[in-house]
Amino acid sequence: MRVALSVTCVNDAMFPDTGKAVVTLLRRLGVDVAFPAGQACCGQPMVNTGYLDEAVPVVRNYLETFAGYDAVVTPSGSCAGSARHQHDIVARRSGDPALVEAAAGAPPTYELSEFLVDVLGVVDVGASFPHSVTYHPTCHSLRMLGVDDRPRRLLEAVRGLRLVDLPSAEECCGFGGTFALKNADTSIAMGADKARHVRETAAEVLVAGDNSCLLHIGGMLSRQRAGVRVMHLAEVLAAQEGAA
Amino acid sequence: MSARDDVLGSVRRALAAADRSPVPVPDGHRSRPGPADVVGLFAERVADYRAVVERCSADEAAGRVAAVVEGLRVVVPPGLPWPVPGAVVDDGLTAAELDGLDAVVTGATLGIAETGTIVLTHGPGQGRRALTLVPDLHVCVVRAGDVVGDVSSAVRLLDPVLPQTWISGPSATSDIELSRVEGVHGPRTLHVIVVG
Amino acid sequence: MTATFVGMPPFPEAARAALADTQLRSNLAHATATIRAKRAAVVAEVDDWEELRLAGAAIKDNTLLHLDEHLVALEAALTARGATVHWATDAAEACAVVARVARDHGVDEVVKVKSMVTQEIGLNEALAAEGVLAWETDLAELIVQLGDDLPSHILVPAIHRNRAEIREIFERRMKDVGRPAPDDLVDDPARLAEAARLHLREKFLRARMAVSGANFAVAETGTLVVVESEGNGRMCLTLPDVLVSVVGIEKVVPTWQDLDVFLQLLPRSSTGERMNPYTSTWTGVTPGDGPQEVHVVLLDNGRTRALADEVGRQALRCIRCSACLNVCPVYERTGGHAYGSVYPGPIGAILNPLLRGVGTDEQVDSLPYASSLCGACFEACPVRIDIPSVLVDLRAQVVDAHRAGAPKPEALAMRAAAWSLGSGARLGRLERLSGVVGRVAGRLGRRTLPGGRRALGRLPGLGGWSGARDLPAPPVESFRAWWRRTDGGRTEERA
Ligand code: SF4
Repeated sequence: MRVALSVTCVNDAMFPDTGKAVVTLLRRLGVDVAFPAGQACCGQPMVNTGYLDEAVPVVRNYLETFAGYDAVVTPSGSCAGSARHQHDIVARRSGDPALVEAAAGAPPTYELSEFLVDVLGVVDVGASFPHSVTYHPTCHSLRMLGVDDRPRRLLEAVRGLRLVDLPSAEECCGFGGTFALKNADTSIAMGADKARHVRETAAEVLVAGDNSCLLHIGGMLSRQRAGVRVMHLAEVLAAQEGAA
Repeated sequence: MSARDDVLGSVRRALAAADRSPVPVPDGHRSRPGPADVVGLFAERVADYRAVVERCSADEAAGRVAAVVEGLRVVVPPGLPWPVPGAVVDDGLTAAELDGLDAVVTGATLGIAETGTIVLTHGPGQGRRALTLVPDLHVCVVRAGDVVGDVSSAVRLLDPVLPQTWISGPSATSDIELSRVEGVHGPRTLHVIVVG
Repeated sequence: MTATFVGMPPFPEAARAALADTQLRSNLAHATATIRAKRAAVVAEVDDWEELRLAGAAIKDNTLLHLDEHLVALEAALTARGATVHWATDAAEACAVVARVARDHGVDEVVKVKSMVTQEIGLNEALAAEGVLAWETDLAELIVQLGDDLPSHILVPAIHRNRAEIREIFERRMKDVGRPAPDDLVDDPARLAEAARLHLREKFLRARMAVSGANFAVAETGTLVVVESEGNGRMCLTLPDVLVSVVGIEKVVPTWQDLDVFLQLLPRSSTGERMNPYTSTWTGVTPGDGPQEVHVVLLDNGRTRALADEVGRQALRCIRCSACLNVCPVYERTGGHAYGSVYPGPIGAILNPLLRGVGTDEQVDSLPYASSLCGACFEACPVRIDIPSVLVDLRAQVVDAHRAGAPKPEALAMRAAAWSLGSGARLGRLERLSGVVGRVAGRLGRRTLPGGRRALGRLPGLGGWSGARDLPAPPVESFRAWWRRTDGGRTEERA
């Protein structure tokens, strides 16, 4: 199986360690993931703000970049959701039948926890991370993709990791892409409640499957000097702290 | 052009390009296995609404009804199968006259176990709709054999042409801070006697 | 009621004001948490809930796709049972019908059952202009009407008020319009409900005409259905001689049996009960029982515009249960007034633009953006309206409506972003630039995030973001640069 990594534009530019963690983790599990250099973005920022014409070249680039692979894996529930639910909309908008066909025949894009549990069939990825962790299920992974408890099962199998329940875990953190800017006050009010719930757990680390949500929650926690570290799920699953 | 033509014309234009092929409607819920103890569940669910519920045999029914309304000014619909001593029989009382009475006793067409609901269809023994609305106490006698399992079964048995009132507990509101209060405009007390 | 939604500012501005009201936020947080828990408990009782949702959505879709036929059937059935059917293309026509009936009977007051559609068409104001007083009889509507306030929730229009505020409104205002509040009124919900009972009873007993909406209208039989809790609906539907029901054309269901689906979905989603206290059904005129003159007004008012929208059409499935409001994290914090309409929350964010069209009113255009697209509404909706997808589609319609003319800064930014994000090479060049920022921040930055990364604090030009949120400094090396330098980490591992 030829598997490509779609690292996502946000991770590429802002969170390279997450991409490196995915590479390390997948190699450890015997998957030599490719990184097609033409990749840039899935188009979600434009689509979710209403700029469908602008999204057309971005989606075209995505579809061309990953066309030859059997599967695409991405450390973002949100971008996986965009690939699976929005690319056909953008393709239809373009009026280009070739693009519509490309979207219909595109290889499946899996969010990381789906790829690990469903495609590779592993739950114990051989990680060790001796810290207390709380997990925020991001909305798109939870409700758009339906990853359900896959990330939790992966975390529960990590050696040394103590998983603490996050109160009101399934409530949105308030990031929402351009919502965070267009409706900044509401976004911050939602983020403040999420940050409060995180602090209530007294966990050392907040884990989620989307760095954009962590950018928002982590930004609030940092401003509040909460001392809680935020980490992407991939980085925890790649960790082998204190392992023999 | 009339408003009717306008509205229907707009509907047709709106749907001109739509794919109108039918969407399949799942209906497995219409053949659910019923609850094991239909009448027991009914009594339990009616009580959940903070209605008063009692069960008795057919011979005891009249006595139970008389006991509940004793000393009250009570009205009954024509055709009520249980005698209620001292009751006024409704012959088109005004709303104000009904407001001067304390209680009403009626039968019911059916009961729904799953939701604890009583359905009146306002024929003989049940009376017109105002009768069970204005007095503050509604005593409703439900025959055990008329209790069905769920909402689907009830809808199937009911005749839509008859006016219906579905009653699930006493009148209530949650309009103040979403905290539930029993007793607003409809009867503040619902007393259900399940017979048989 | 003199309060009005006309002239409300766009959502972000209105939300800012609402967010600053701490009393409002605590009232809402408390109320929505209560109702969410109740709903979750009664939904969990139904094993085949998901199938019921699918059935509800399918019945509504099939009806909408043949709406013309069902409306004609409904009209015929109603007429056969002695009702008079009127049609109205817009609010003004509908209000005129009701006013005419009132005039014909010489009444100067009507009692009203809580109904969204009569709020939508501004019926009370229209009747007042004709010298007819309309009394709201639902407790929450009464609170809103007496408080000269605006509704902020579909089911509980006064959800933004707490018991102390309600007591004050009753004490101050009841005496002006009828029986005064009891002298010893305290802010206990049971006592407040009792005050409403006493105040309204005289109005019910003397009313000669009532106005209602309908939750459902059965095409096959001409049966109308009103679902309620307090008994005020039964009072209005039963005691007066004349009844006018204003019914949106999307309220039709084809058959009587179809109601079994909705009478399960609605109460559990709405009040979080197995069944609401009272459901009334009536089919035209019943001799000797209830109103002997029955009118039904079938209203369009933008519904056919929504019907023409291929993606948005599903919004017409809505049964106004308000579950989407109660689970919405945005609604919970801003309340309903910020949406500037009688339809607030997630359904309001799609329904208002669908009914009124986009591109002409800034406030309406702001509504599709009043969501983080978290999807909680879709998950809760008993008729499976995919609100996030409709929101995204409406955002595109808003953007498209403004494509002619000078581009706004946002449009320019999006074009630039799309250009940079349209190829790996261009994104790579941008990342080299941000790497420079990262290097500078690494040297100059004083703040460090837990885990060791440098942080950027308040930044000029990023006010919206950085007012309350730090930003990590960009990394010195992007992922793609690392991959190229180390051959995907292979040379790094060896080193
Ligand atoms: S959109 Fe769905 S959840 Fe919201 S009010 Fe309508 S039916 Fe209820």
